[in-house]
Parts: sequence; C-alpha cells; structure tokens
Amino acid sequence: MKRFTLGLSAGVLALAALMTSPARAADPVTLGVSIPTADHGFTGGIVWWANEAKKDLEKAHPGLKIIVKTAANAPEQANQLQDLVTVNKINALVIFPYESASLTQPVAQVKKKGVYVTVVDRGLTDTSAQDAYVAGDNTAFGKLPAEYIAKKLNGKGNIVALRGIPTTLDNERFDAFSGVLKAHPDIKILDAKYANWNRDDAFKVTQDYLTRFKNIDAIWAADDDMAVGVLKAIDQAKRTDIKIVFGGAGSKGMVKTILDDSNKLIQADVSYSPKFIYDAVKLTAEARLKGEALPATTIIPSVLITKENAKQFYFPNSPF
Amino acid sequence: MQPALTDTPRRSARWLARIQAVGPLIGLIILCLAGTALNRDFATVDNMMNVLTRTAFIGIIAVGMTFVIISGGIDLSVGSMAALIAGSMIVLMNKLAGSGMAPMLIVLLGMVLALILGALFGLMHGLLITKGRIEPFIVTLGTLGIFRAVLTWLADGGALTLDDSLNNLYGPVYYASLLGVPVPIWVFLIMAAGGALILNRTAFGRHVQAIGSNEQVARYAAIRVDVVKIVTYIFLGLCVGVATVLYVPRLGSATPTTGLLWELEAIAAVVVGGTALKGGEGRVIGTVIGAILLSVINNILNLTSIISVYLNAAVQGAVIIVVAFLQRGRRND
Repeated sequence: MKRFTLGLSAGVLALAALMTSPARAADPVTLGVSIPTADHGFTGGIVWWANEAKKDLEKAHPGLKIIVKTAANAPEQANQLQDLVTVNKINALVIFPYESASLTQPVAQVKKKGVYVTVVDRGLTDTSAQDAYVAGDNTAFGKLPAEYIAKKLNGKGNIVALRGIPTTLDNERFDAFSGVLKAHPDIKILDAKYANWNRDDAFKVTQDYLTRFKNIDAIWAADDDMAVGVLKAIDQAKRTDIKIVFGGAGSKGMVKTILDDSNKLIQADVSYSPKFIYDAVKLTAEARLKGEALPATTIIPSVLITKENAKQFYFPNSPF
Repeated sequence: MQPALTDTPRRSARWLARIQAVGPLIGLIILCLAGTALNRDFATVDNMMNVLTRTAFIGIIAVGMTFVIISGGIDLSVGSMAALIAGSMIVLMNKLAGSGMAPMLIVLLGMVLALILGALFGLMHGLLITKGRIEPFIVTLGTLGIFRAVLTWLADGGALTLDDSLNNLYGPVYYASLLGVPVPIWVFLIMAAGGALILNRTAFGRHVQAIGSNEQVARYAAIRVDVVKIVTYIFLGLCVGVATVLYVPRLGSATPTTGLLWELEAIAAVVVGGTALKGGEGRVIGTVIGAILLSVINNILNLTSIISVYLNAAVQGAVIIVVAFLQRGRRND
C-alpha cells in the first residue's frame, strides 16, 4: 500500500515534471562544448582535452551526452550556439569564448532559454550572462616566473621579456611579472617586445635582443612555444651569459625537458594547461547530473613546475 | 651601322630601369643610416648576417612571386603552402627515422619531397587558373585555407617536431656558414640571380612580361599563355619548396602558426621593390631590396625602444607607404 502510493505519487510527480519541463524527466544532461578551433598549440590542446572529457565522462555517466563544436571566429561561434540550443537541445553549455565582448549577448540568449552556462578562460563583459566561470590563473602565470627568476639571480641581474599578442590576458601576465620585480631594484627588465606566441617571431626578437644587449641573465619567454625560438637563437649566438629561460603553460616538450634535465637553461615552468577545459566540462557535467550549481568562480591554480613535480604535468598523448 | 642602332635603345632602357630601381634602394639606405644612428650594433656584421638570413625565406618566395605578379597573377597561399610542406617533410622524415635508413639519405629525401610538393601545388594552382578559368585570387585563397587546415590536422593542432638526431644532422643547412656567409644567404643569392637572369635574358621571361602587360596581344603573338602561366606557378611552388628546405632546420618544427602571413610579406616585398601589382613589369633585384627592407624595419624596431611596442606595426606600415611613394615618384619622371 505504502509502496503503491509512493509509486503513484512518484508517477504523478514525474508527470507533473514532464508537463512543466518536458526535457528534464530523468534529468539527462546534454552538454554543449563550444571552443575555438586548433589554430595554435594552446588551442590545439583545448580541442584535444575537450574530446578527452567527452570520452571519459560519457563512459562514466550513461545519462550524459556531450557535443563538442569548434569555431574559427566569433560570428561562427555565435551561430553554433544557436544550433546547439535549437537543434541539439542542450541544457548545459561550457564555452571558451573567442572574444569577450562580441559573445556576451549570444551567451546571454542561451542562458535565457534555461541552459546552464559555464564560461571558461576569457570572461564575458556582463557576468550575469553566465552561471559559473572557470579560468586559469593569469596573475600567477606572471608572478611565479618573476619570483623564481628573482630568487635564482639572488635579486640582481638583467632580464629581457617576450610578450604574446596585445590582449588583456597578456597585460595581466606582464603586469604581474613586472609587479613582482619592482620589489627587486637591482633586477632590470631591459625590454619587452611582442613575439605573438609564435616560435619564429620569438627567434627573431631574441636574435635582436642578443645583438643589442651584451649581458643578459634571464629571458622570460612567457610561453613554451616562444621558448623554443628563444633557445634556438641562444644556441646560434653561442651566448653563455644567459642562465635561465622561462617559458609558460607547461607544454609536453618543455615538461619533458625539465623531467629529463636535458637543458640547463630550462629548470622550471609554470602550468597553464589547456586541461582546464577538461576540468570545466567535468565539473559542470557532474554538478548538473546531480542538479547542483557550480561556485560562481573557480580558478584553476597555476603552479610552478620543477623537476620534482614535473611528472604530474606530463601528458605525452596531448598535442600540446 | 646596325649594331649601333640596336645598342642605343637598349642602353637607354637599361639606364631607365636603373633609375626605377633606385627608389627602394634609397629607402633601404636611409633606413640603414637611421638604424646605425639609433644603435651602433645595427651596423655589425653579425647583425647584418642575422637580418639577411631571416630575409632568405621571404626573399626566395618573393622571387617566385615576382614572376607570378608580373604575369598578372597572384598567389595568396604561399605561407600555408610552406607550413604544409614543412609539416609533410617532418612527418616523412620521422617515419623513415624508425626504418633504419641512413640519416643523410632521409634528410635528402625530405628535401626532395619539399621540392616535389612545391612543384605539384604550383602545377595545381596553374591548372585551376588557366584550364579551370578561376581567378587566381580565389584559387589561392581556397588553397590558403586547405593547406593550413591539412597541416593543423597532421599536427593534431599542436606541433610537429623533427626527430632530434635528424635535426642535428639537418641543422647546418640553416646554421652553417660558407666563407663567413650563412648558407641561406647563398641560396637566396643564387635564387635571386637565377630569377633575374630568367626574367631579363630568356624568351620565357619576356613572355611572362608580355602576358602581364597585355594577355590578348600575347596570345596573338603566338605565346602559349597557359603554359607560361602554369610554369610561373610551378616556379613559385619550387621557390616555396626551397624556402621550406631552409626553414625546417631552423626550429626543427612546424606548427599551425608556421608561415602565417608570409604571403603578405612576400607580396609587399615584390610591390615595394617596384613590380606593378597589376602585372606587366617588374624587377627581381627590386624584390630582393624590398624583402631586405621589410626585415630591416623589424630589426631596427627590435634594436631600439624609442617608441611604444604597441606602435611597431604602425611604423612598418608608414615606412612601406613612404617607400612605395618614392618608387611611384620615380616612375612618373
């Protein structure tokens, strides 16, 4: 009898749920993942990790469906958002916006349709358009290398820096880097030029730094791709004054170098792994399956990678 | 009597050509003087070698581009083509590295593959443009996307990196010097001299110019327009192949950003050097000067910090426009 009423009331409840929100009967989650196409190493990593998340999570949760879409530019991404909502009928979205400003409105529209929205890495200009925000730590990305270099140079020396592409993200990193060094008056940043997160440009800029400055103690390459170009330029000029080259992001090549101790210039790196897309998808999917919400902001910390902990940052199958 | 008659116009034509070539050269000289004034290290041999070596890739591609542009065509795909060729070379060489083949042979095979791919891509462009009758702008805009996408797919969005032992063997092709001059500069010189010779001293070179200045008339003059055009694209493809052979040992890797915007740099070098973008006339030596000029601007900006780094691209743009203006002034004389 008791069981019967329970069953009945459950049935009524389910029916009621069906009538009010048809898709949520047993709460399956259809999660859309919208990310930029693989146009350089880092975004290549993003795409790879997003697909890893799909593979792992769909296996672990039968009620979960994940759709990964890549876009080559902001308008394309906005179109894909519409498709995800109308065609794929998603009820959760993880988006790595191509640009902050131009995608804020499209994302707000998606949220208005009742979709749970997690924004990754590049924040929207209006945070009410998102339910949760997951990002890497750009301040630590600049701060940790500066602290490491200052310590290794005993608070005295000449540094040259490379910068990426003029963006708020790059500014945040560089400001954090130079901010730390203000406390070390004997360390000079001789110059900081843009090399577009590109190996070839980093090679050229470093060649010219080496021509211009006869005494450099450390180079902050600010990116592992750029560090590759920096190392080649130093090799070619046969310079021995440089003691440290510090990249950033923890690409598998650099982490392997640290792990094997194969280059004395590369002793440390800072993590800013594209794996955070994996974490964001996992956090969102698991929370939504339970019907829970994520904290408003989750920062995936950037960590100093050295020989001791390099192993846990080494993912040989990732393209990045 | 007859030799004297033919001699005079030829000499005056040559004199005129020399005047026209002076515009970009003046620009380059002024730029070099400015560079020396701003930083004494600019005028060192080491710095000159650095600049010329890095000019070699764009310069070699620009030599081929000169022919295509003079014939009235354009190729927007060269940067992506270089990237795809670099990626294909690395994939092939890495595959062979495991097969126990002699490393030297593997590197040679990689180089041969680069030239074959370059020629094939050029042939494909030429056929689509002449037989397929599609505008070169559209054909090469299409392949620009295709080449880079295929490379990105090959690299899984990451980097393709050449096997370490092969890289050590291959490295000297970029880093070694012959008589104190790095190998890429020699190759650049040879390609430029060869290009100038073909353009000015062969029937083919004159046919290229004739087609660019008036295709209809060239057809009536029994020039095999389609064949000549196809050959210009194959030649450009080969130039891209040669540039890539020099490029790969520099970093030993290809990424989706390899060769990004090289097409614009190459086209800019050609036009700054005095070749008309509408075709018909141009000079290989001008292209060489144009290419050097473009990398000297960057070099000077890197060697100084008098202006904000945010404005670097503006300085480049301004210098390019000023040189083009000098050039135009000369031509109107």
